[in-house]
Amino acid sequence: MSELDYLAPPTVEDAVRALAAGGGSAKVLGGGTDLLVQLRAGRIKPGVIVDLKRIPGAIGVREEAGGFVIGAATPGAVIGEHAGLVGAWPGVVEAANLIGSTQVQGRASLAGNLCNASPAADSVPAMIAAGATCLVVGPAGRREIPVEQVAVGPGRTSLAADEFVLEIRLPARPQRSGDAYLRSIPRTEMDIAVVGAGVALTLDAAGTVTAARVALGAVAPTALLVPEAGAAIVGTPLDETALEALDAAARAAARPISDKRGTADYRIKIAGVLARRAAAIAYRRAADQGRGGRA
Amino acid sequence: MSKRHISTTVNGDAAEFLAEPGATLLDALRDELRLTGAKEGCGSGDCGACSVMVDGRLVCACLMLAPEAEGRRIETIEGMAQGGRLHPLQQKFLEHAALQCGFCTPGLLVAAKALLDQNPDPSETEVRYWLAGNLCRCTGYDKVIRAVMDAAADLRQVRRAS
Repeated sequence: MSELDYLAPPTVEDAVRALAAGGGSAKVLGGGTDLLVQLRAGRIKPGVIVDLKRIPGAIGVREEAGGFVIGAATPGAVIGEHAGLVGAWPGVVEAANLIGSTQVQGRASLAGNLCNASPAADSVPAMIAAGATCLVVGPAGRREIPVEQVAVGPGRTSLAADEFVLEIRLPARPQRSGDAYLRSIPRTEMDIAVVGAGVALTLDAAGTVTAARVALGAVAPTALLVPEAGAAIVGTPLDETALEALDAAARAAARPISDKRGTADYRIKIAGVLARRAAAIAYRRAADQGRGGRA
Repeated sequence: MSKRHISTTVNGDAAEFLAEPGATLLDALRDELRLTGAKEGCGSGDCGACSVMVDGRLVCACLMLAPEAEGRRIETIEGMAQGGRLHPLQQKFLEHAALQCGFCTPGLLVAAKALLDQNPDPSETEVRYWLAGNLCRCTGYDKVIRAVMDAAADLRQVRRAS
């Protein structure tokens, strides 16, 4: 640790330069709830840590074009206190707020959860279902990519060593839309998902699903967008037949490993169950929103 | 790498210290500022024994680098009693015997105060979930929860009276 340097650049451009100068040995710091654990366990030995929190906008939520822009280092507690975001994307917020303890919520961010690239990250399936994107910055400039294109395997991302996520962006939510995230853990708090499922859907005035995105966590090396599961409920009133088709599509897409938290068979079964339950919650929220109420 | 000079506010007073870039806020509080109330239990953000407030947010001091504290407002267990007078939470922890070895107690008190400052009337369930990140290996939590509920009730009465 004595070789470690710490930088807190005041602008995006300075952060990009600091990362580029650090080469492969630079690490980005947001909330630090994963980074410091890895650092202290000796799993990573960065030469320089680049703290994003002094960049204006790195912490905070702002509404833009009907959607939301969430700064890379915005902690879960701030996300959970943003009434507009909670109203529009309750599934994303509940997923973010499931991560760790109250103390962890004081620091942990969506961008960090995404870039840590754990297959079991709670917020990632919810963000994928919501159609979230992230703004990636680097020496070549800025690019906006879907959240599902960030993780490529456990602990690995598609970002270059000199790139980082500056913002998470959630789109404007259409009328009569709702989202939800559920995870299975063997206790009620402070645990890592055995399976997670995020669903976001939109209804027409008659209650028929017109669009749906379903994503699963902890059943593959990365969180999965499952288009077949979304397609299984589009055009339906989310009746039992549709839920069974959704369940089957989720199970078909799941390709988990067996580990100490659950067997592959169990995870496949639960992936279907959670997809169903999350879809039912998202549907109810969408219907409530259609009636003018808040989910 | 040379030590950094960090300026902060700790429990309302300006505080300066030197820290290695890779040192944690917990290291700085304990070893540089000699505020040894916050404890290192796990060092990985699981046990909450190092709970402190940073700019009004409850965090684990072990999961924050000391240089991050530059310009931040930090509150620790040492600032909880006012002029030798215990905070009602501290008093209730004593009355309910909500501690045995006491290692987790500073973290539990800081975390419980953070809850009551924003929610004066929490349900027992809310208290239990809020404190889920504070591990105690001897008291068994029930006495802790009772002490927090009792302190909350007392604080509400004080608020009504004033």
